Amino acid sequence: MSGIVPIAASVVKPSRVGVRMRGMIALHEVTKRFGETVALDAVSLEVRPGVTHVLLGSSGSGKSTVLRLILGLAAPDAGVVSVEGTPVDAESRDRLVARMGYVVQDGGLYPHLSAAHNVALAAEAHRWPRARIAARVAELAGMAGLDADMLRRYPRELSGGQRQRVGLMRALMLDPPILLLDEPLGALDPIVRAELQDQLGRLFAGLAKTVVLVTHDLREAARLGHTITLMTAGRVVQQGTLADLEERPASPFVTQFLTAQTLAPPAPAGR
Amino acid sequence: MRPGVGLVVGVLLLSASGTGAAADGVIRVGSKSFTESYILAEVAAQIIEQVGEARAERRVGLGGTGVTQRAIESGAIDLYPEYTGTLAQVILKDRSLRTVEAIRARLVPRGLTIGDSLGFANTYALAVREDRGARLGLRTISDLALHPELRAAFSSGFLEREDGWPGLRAHYGLALHRVGVMEHALTYRAIASGDVELMDVFSTDGQLERLRLRLLEDDRRFFPDYSAVLLARRELAERFPRTWARLREALEGRIDGRRMAQLNALVDLDGKPIAEAAAVFLRGGAAAPSGTGSSRAMLTEIGVLTLGHLVLVLISVGAAIVLGIPMGIVAARYRRAGQLELSVIAMLQTVPALALLMFMIPLFGIGQGPALVALSLYALLPIARNTYAGLMTIDRTLLEIAWVLRLGELRRLLRIDLPLSAIAIMAGIKTAAVTTVGTATLAAFIGGGGYGTLIVRGLALDDTATILAGAAPAALMALAFHGLFELMDLVVIPRGLRK
Repeated sequence: MSGIVPIAASVVKPSRVGVRMRGMIALHEVTKRFGETVALDAVSLEVRPGVTHVLLGSSGSGKSTVLRLILGLAAPDAGVVSVEGTPVDAESRDRLVARMGYVVQDGGLYPHLSAAHNVALAAEAHRWPRARIAARVAELAGMAGLDADMLRRYPRELSGGQRQRVGLMRALMLDPPILLLDEPLGALDPIVRAELQDQLGRLFAGLAKTVVLVTHDLREAARLGHTITLMTAGRVVQQGTLADLEERPASPFVTQFLTAQTLAPPAPAGR
Repeated sequence: MRPGVGLVVGVLLLSASGTGAAADGVIRVGSKSFTESYILAEVAAQIIEQVGEARAERRVGLGGTGVTQRAIESGAIDLYPEYTGTLAQVILKDRSLRTVEAIRARLVPRGLTIGDSLGFANTYALAVREDRGARLGLRTISDLALHPELRAAFSSGFLEREDGWPGLRAHYGLALHRVGVMEHALTYRAIASGDVELMDVFSTDGQLERLRLRLLEDDRRFFPDYSAVLLARRELAERFPRTWARLREALEGRIDGRRMAQLNALVDLDGKPIAEAAAVFLRGGAAAPSGTGSSRAMLTEIGVLTLGHLVLVLISVGAAIVLGIPMGIVAARYRRAGQLELSVIAMLQTVPALALLMFMIPLFGIGQGPALVALSLYALLPIARNTYAGLMTIDRTLLEIAWVLRLGELRRLLRIDLPLSAIAIMAGIKTAAVTTVGTATLAAFIGGGGYGTLIVRGLALDDTATILAGAAPAALMALAFHGLFELMDLVVIPRGLRK
């Protein structure tokens, strides 16, 4: 899969956000409960602009909840989530979400719309002229390695990997500075998965975006993440590079998690 | 009825009463849906046409005293044949009114009047099979007390009216073990086949002789007098005095019980058209040999009724779509208000269709308009409910993504929510359309036209061919609608959602 072309100019209107803040994400002492369950327990983390940061952990560790809080799809019970220096709240979330692209497992495509139409939705809502939409879709298709015929198809007529690429194209349509991916490759078979991991790696390198990627897969974290946050049971266990985690584990759990994954499929989160 | 509702109904009643009412050179003649009522109404209509003072419009086959009473009070009809007993008990609700004069005096303040007796009384009576009656030695209603095992089937009117079975049972101290409710025309068959042994009949019934039924004597004089009279709005007599005078002259005291039974038999047993039976009476002779071309007339009528039925279904389902989809959207959007809203529509659905049609009469009179309102209300539930269900079952992730993509409320509704619910919404519309084709046959009871006109008449005349002439095309229309909507799926349901 080649032909990955970084986008030259920013498509999103230049914002008042300073260069230093652009794409920055921070959580400070964030707690989130769902009834009795504590999904996040005083979680703090910071993602620097332009970095690909991986939230690593088993299912139920709270990593997807972090993404939902950043997007403003849920509100924290305590603590502050901020995006580019602005706290995410009921008033700011509409504005802030425009700075983000969101990709979910299996693409989250609308089954009643063609792939191209799925990609074009946000631009249509912004009343882009047709020609501009078509040009941008073609540009993204080249980047994602999809041809025109595939873009005419409906989601159910595409393979899992193709759907995932369309979902990524859709998130990138307006060229937001932040890209949030929730287990984007979770539904794919191992070969396609490895192939797409490579492609995503090259893509992220070319885009210079802040990327937060949620995964339970250590290999994916190692392949794509500049930095990693290892989570379990709603808490941050350790933050750092893969080398940090391997060489200076903050607790026995870190070593346990890393070894389990190098030998076998992920085990349920232990505590 | 709560005071507020009563007030609203009252105001609408007043406004409705100003509308019809012989105001436009037309006299609207009504009838109930049994042979005798059809014949007398037709006789009256032919007389009105002969006098030429006004045009006669037939609004016949109305579904019972409740409908005819409201229709004449609201001015939807101007005239119909009624019985003194029914007037006293059901309409004026005063058993002590025995004479025509006494009843008339009480009707005048209501803007109504009656002429004198037409010369016969059509009283309720109980009848048993002749062979059964002879074997058990049944002569009088009192004798029934000794045979509680007799299988009885009564018409729903008789079963419920105070001057029917409830009063009779109390008056005679009767206790029958098995009392069923059955459409009159069907009871004749059931009694002929022996499934039923005891039934209520009318004393002028054309079938009594043929079926060898024994009338039981009302030995303790329970049944009041049911003299036939013309019930009319007073303004009819005032605006068209010649017509009213001629109607009274031609009918009052001119028909004895035997004559009426003959006319009934002419239609019920010999299969003559109602218009012919009426003409026979007016000519004063016997029946002419059966005319030809009646099957062609039937075809023309089916054509007209098909159009009427189509109008009923298309307009009411159309209105239900226009109202129901937004109601489903509102219900999905505002959960609590939505539950209330859906409960109210569901409650409407539990009202029997016939009763809902009746409720329309004080508000909108009789005819196509009120039928359309009732049918639209009836079609609302499947459409609103399915729209709601379709919207509520959309994958939550897809809705969140719509927010992240900042599509905006309206665009999201039109481009995402409704298309994703298209299969459920279309299923609701299909259900509504097919059931409305069926329910619309009931519109005939309030003069709404459509295939029901033939079904009601067929039931009244115990004429299977006429019933089928209404029922079969209705079934075909239901099938046609089903097919049509299956085709529409190809247009309405997005390709990506089709299986």
